[in-house]
Amino acid sequence: MIIAIASGKGGTGKTTLSVALSSYISSRGVPVNIFDCDVDEPNVNLFLQADIAVRETVYVPVPRIHKELCNGCGQCEDICMFNAVVLIKGDPLVFPDLCHSCGGCMHVCPEKAVTEVDKEIGTTEEGYVGTIQYVGGILRVREAITPPLIKAVKKHIEQDRINIIDAPPGTSCPVIESVEGCNYLVLVTEPTPFGLNDLILAVNMAREIGIPFGIVINRADIGDDRVIRYCEEENIQIIGKIPDSREVAERYSRGEFAGYFIEHFSDVLENILKAAGVSKIEAWRKQ
Amino acid sequence: MKQLVVISGKGGTGKTSIVAALAALAENKVLADCDVDAADLHLILNPEIQHSEDFSGGSIAELDKEKCIECGKCLELCRFSAIDENYNISRTGCEGCGVCAHFCPADAISMHEKISGKWFVSDTRFGPLVHAKLGIAEDNSGKLVSRVKDEAKKTAEAGNHSLIIIDGSPGIGCPVIASIAGASAVLIVTEPTVSGLHDMERVAELTGHFKIRTFVCINKFDLNADITKRTEQFCADSGTPVIGKIPYMAEITKAQIAAQSIIEFAPDNPAAREIQEMWKILRKELE
Repeated sequence: MIIAIASGKGGTGKTTLSVALSSYISSRGVPVNIFDCDVDEPNVNLFLQADIAVRETVYVPVPRIHKELCNGCGQCEDICMFNAVVLIKGDPLVFPDLCHSCGGCMHVCPEKAVTEVDKEIGTTEEGYVGTIQYVGGILRVREAITPPLIKAVKKHIEQDRINIIDAPPGTSCPVIESVEGCNYLVLVTEPTPFGLNDLILAVNMAREIGIPFGIVINRADIGDDRVIRYCEEENIQIIGKIPDSREVAERYSRGEFAGYFIEHFSDVLENILKAAGVSKIEAWRKQ
Repeated sequence: MKQLVVISGKGGTGKTSIVAALAALAENKVLADCDVDAADLHLILNPEIQHSEDFSGGSIAELDKEKCIECGKCLELCRFSAIDENYNISRTGCEGCGVCAHFCPADAISMHEKISGKWFVSDTRFGPLVHAKLGIAEDNSGKLVSRVKDEAKKTAEAGNHSLIIIDGSPGIGCPVIASIAGASAVLIVTEPTVSGLHDMERVAELTGHFKIRTFVCINKFDLNADITKRTEQFCADSGTPVIGKIPYMAEITKAQIAAQSIIEFAPDNPAAREIQEMWKILRKELE
């Protein structure tokens, strides 16, 4: 079982909900895995405070050109769609930051002058707190391409457990990479024009990739009813509403909200599990 | 011509609300919404589109099953697992590298331009706005960001505008790197939460890496006095001036619902006054 939490707009409460949901499942004595796929700005463990047991460096292959073997034919430059290999006065030059690691230049080189070397793009970390297993990705600052790191995080998914994925904001490739393959998607929004606009984008994305989803409205009383009307018109399930509160905002600011959240909004967390098809948490206890 | 880019690391800290306020304050500028994943600035600026164009950020492989001899070469070469065992190519998985098409012995695969978005030049009450819309579940947001910036530059040159104000996206990856390339200055909008501080540190490291002058604004500074202090300490230690401390004000959301900037909606609100003071500093620094 994989439940992903995404949003379109940033700062709507994805991480809050992911951490609260994991903590809630754990509080019932059931093992749960949480994955921080917002590798640009991973925040899950700021709140979870899991002890990190394992760290692994994640690499992607980039070309290295052995000049002594190169005949200057330029086929590597021709095949590269990303301008990562450019011939300057007959000498091929590699721009690793533009490389998408497709391997084309290596396969096409008639002189076998191209091999691949590892380029570090970030790390994954793995830790435990209670019955929660946490795996997060941390993008190396200045690296641009995140999907390979998200893939490395998602490798730790265990199908026989409940897995919670905290996705990055937006609707483009890192989000698709994060939510693809999940059983249920929770879209968190807020009842503001920005929230609604980005929710519509996220809904279109969810429909495009064909994942069942429902909506949680956070700070449900700060705006207007346009989000609710949109959900009604589109026949989208509203799984829960979380009222705005200075108390929650202040607790969040300190990183101490999970217990409070469970105490006050366990109905929302229960509804998410129900919507995802986990009708009885305890059934996931053994394994 | 100067370029001011507003980013945040963490999503939902108030980038777009602050850009809208700066749009109301600054003179003779072009606005650019580079958060192409989840663009929101148009909701406040109410643009009248003057010009729009399709954006193609890459290509996609198409397989002709009539010609396919099912040799498996493409499956073996594709690094993105975009081709399944039935020789269907995933639209979201395909990176457009063209390696499969190049090496297909039966010439069954061809590459086609992929329309992955649209960009617009519009008129608004605050001057020209260049904005974009990324297609549903599309990638290449970095390239679209670069395109929006190029068009904003052309618009600024044509109209003798001395400044471009750019609304960036959350995170530190591909679209953010594309948005800050060539910037005269970056304004980081942060919030005093454990995640806001953590994410601000990472995005400040990124602007430091590219040696771009960086300023910080702490939004909702009164939410957590301790973390506001720690944010100021980090900024002092890293030589990044904090040029604004905006209080937590419900009027910011109300202005958004009224499709106005806070400067128009409540010019005497403490948040509006603080942004005016911040703009005075920024304007001087940008000279």
